[in-house]
Amino acid sequence: MTVTTGGNAKGTLLRMRGITKAFSGTAVLADVDVDLYRGEIHALMGENGAGKSTLMKVLGGVHLADAGHIEFDGAHVAFTSPGEAMDRGVVMIHQELSTVPDMTVAENLALGSEPARAGFVLDRRRLRSEALRKLGPIGGGIDPDLPMRKLSVGRQQMVEIARAIDQQAKILVLDEPTASLSDTESRRLFEVLERMRDAGMGLFYISHRLDEVWRLADRVTVLRDGRHVSTTRRGEISQNDVVGRMIGRQVEALYVREHRRPGDVVLRVRDLVGRDNGIGPVSFDVRAGEVVSLVGLIGAGRTEIARTVYGVDARGSGTVEIGGRQARIGGPGDAIARRIGMVPESRKEQALFSWMDVRDNITIASLRKHSRWGVLNQRRVDAAARQFIDDLTIRIRSPRQEVRTLSGGNQQKVVLSRWLANDPRLLILDEPTRGVDVGAKHEIYRIINEQAEQGTALLVVSSDLPEALGISDRLLVVRDGVIVAELDGAGATEEDVMSHATGVAKEAS
Amino acid sequence: MSQSQPPAADPAEAPAQTSGARIARRALDLWSTWGIALVLLLLIALMALIAPNFVSLSNAFNIMRATSITAILAAGVTVVILTAGIDLSVGSVLAVCGVSSVVLWNAGLPAVLCVLIPILLGALIGLVHGTLVAYLSLAAFIVTLAGLTAWRGTAYALTGGRPLIAEGDLGFSMLGSGNFIAVPVPIWLMLATYAVLWFMLERTTWGRHVYAVGGNPEAALMAGIKVRRVLTSVYVISGLAAGLAGAMFAARVESGQPNSGQGYELEAIAAVVLGGTSLAGGRGRILGTLVGALIMGVLSNGMILMNTPFFTQLIVQGVVIVVAVAIDSLKNRYTR
Repeated sequence: MTVTTGGNAKGTLLRMRGITKAFSGTAVLADVDVDLYRGEIHALMGENGAGKSTLMKVLGGVHLADAGHIEFDGAHVAFTSPGEAMDRGVVMIHQELSTVPDMTVAENLALGSEPARAGFVLDRRRLRSEALRKLGPIGGGIDPDLPMRKLSVGRQQMVEIARAIDQQAKILVLDEPTASLSDTESRRLFEVLERMRDAGMGLFYISHRLDEVWRLADRVTVLRDGRHVSTTRRGEISQNDVVGRMIGRQVEALYVREHRRPGDVVLRVRDLVGRDNGIGPVSFDVRAGEVVSLVGLIGAGRTEIARTVYGVDARGSGTVEIGGRQARIGGPGDAIARRIGMVPESRKEQALFSWMDVRDNITIASLRKHSRWGVLNQRRVDAAARQFIDDLTIRIRSPRQEVRTLSGGNQQKVVLSRWLANDPRLLILDEPTRGVDVGAKHEIYRIINEQAEQGTALLVVSSDLPEALGISDRLLVVRDGVIVAELDGAGATEEDVMSHATGVAKEAS
Repeated sequence: MSQSQPPAADPAEAPAQTSGARIARRALDLWSTWGIALVLLLLIALMALIAPNFVSLSNAFNIMRATSITAILAAGVTVVILTAGIDLSVGSVLAVCGVSSVVLWNAGLPAVLCVLIPILLGALIGLVHGTLVAYLSLAAFIVTLAGLTAWRGTAYALTGGRPLIAEGDLGFSMLGSGNFIAVPVPIWLMLATYAVLWFMLERTTWGRHVYAVGGNPEAALMAGIKVRRVLTSVYVISGLAAGLAGAMFAARVESGQPNSGQGYELEAIAAVVLGGTSLAGGRGRILGTLVGALIMGVLSNGMILMNTPFFTQLIVQGVVIVVAVAIDSLKNRYTR
């Protein structure tokens, strides 16, 4: 397989040829060729498990390739540790950040090269001034004296990028950098990345978000099942083609919104105010068979509204009615007893029991149904798990497989099953497709639609606007903890939502 | 621009695997389930070769009887560690409960109550620890470290600082030295404790909740599990086990020894770790702890038979624990 590239004035910075890697016999990368030019942003796309991250870990010295070679800056290289790669100018910004949370920004920027007086006395003033200099390229606005943990994820990422620039990185690898960023933060990140490109650096950009890739990338490489599928200049391929290549078949419409016949009001929220989370007063209804999405900027309070309804965040005042009856929901237990389920926003931290098996993860919230006097009926537990594994086509070797070994999409289906097992009347889904590949996204939209068809009320929180517009019957725009607009799912545009979310609409009127 | 479009693979298809890899993974699976038992068998074989008089039924009973008390403590501690907690107090709780059983006997209570009341006392102490940990969010390490000192002091206070000799024939001495169907009673009690806890952990909703709370407390809360109640309950279980162990100890020495059980908490934790339970919580098997306790028992029995000096025994035990944890850590690295 060859990657012919056409002309590039600035030249090739990196050549990866025939990269092959297997983990305990499972082929993860098979004969992959990729080039990176100076001054380009090169997007790597593919479903989870396609090999994007592994390829980058081979580059970054985390894994050693079984076969193939890497040519970097004209020389053959095979980094054996991330430290070595970093010394040579290959820096990876991971989904998990690698800063020290309790140290200040300035201290983090100086890690390993602290300015000192007399050899060991830390020079605080120089530490600070150098930090400000290093933060310059990313546009400032970050207080070097704040501890890292006080910064948002986006800003922490910026600090890491500043550190990379300072270390004169030549290649920067970003793995899903916007996964937990607000729109504003993402935009700032893009500006910084574009500036780095213009300065001649090469950037690898891994993302599931097509719109970002289309805005940023010069070229797009698609991987599938550990193989290189195609590398194209962005202008030469359509988004649908990229998705088709990622999943190996053509997709019909990604989003699903069919056969909706909203019925009686299931959830009626009136003047709800959170005790500590700064939301409210909010009032809204969700009907049976209806998908209602809370949209808005990150930090607007969408998740908090959902959490207050579910009882994880304490209610200050106002009422919640379920099925026409006032519900005092003091915690998730009360919500579950009223057949409410909630898929939280962060799968790994808030939903999964990584070390438990698929069966237990599916049934953990419905064990009461399968037990008497607290003693489990093993056969019924197995059967219940089986049913959802089949219904939702969760791809696993065995129900006793540990859930941490599953792909993001399959994990999310496990979490969904947990609530479907309780025959929910109201299902709250917070970022239901975050970190899920395109194929699984489509399946999750189908499941959501099926639930709506069966008369479940669905309240969705989504930061993915095309998604919210594509699957919802109604959209509630949240700003500063209150609902500022209600839009029709079929008629609204992203601009409508954004103008309300940012407050532009109000000023204009 | 050349493209290669491999044939569209069925997404349900598992990634291609060589047969060698399948065998390797199978071996790893087998190791994580049976590895520690294999270590025990190898150790027994080794001792049979090098330790004089090791192979005999009576020595096997000796080992298990000697192990029974720490094994029972370790069973309770396993449940606590599964929730990512720790119980350092079990040795001292053993002493308080053991002493109080003799106090009650000397006060003329019937033998049954002299056993039951100390066991309930153990549960009550566990309830105090659990409440402090779960509802006041105090660190388990601190709470039970305080317990380790305070209950030891209480045991001394109960006897005025001296051993308390049981008056007459101690009515429940069979708990320590009796036989039932030709097998010593402490061994039966040990097996019963493990059988009950195995059932509770593997076959009840409470068991699933223990693993869930230990594995991911936030997710457990979101799943509607009463996290605090579960956290409290595991300390009660540990206290119950320590109470039973206390009564057994008193029965065996037919007296209340306020200094009994010193350092047992560390032996119990060692057995838990040897048995493969993760100190980070959420992972481990109760039967692994039993095997872990037996490994410690066989090791110390064999070394005694070989007249190994006591300090060497301590060093060997330390090395064994480190090796066990190292194996566990390596195992995790290769099961990505």
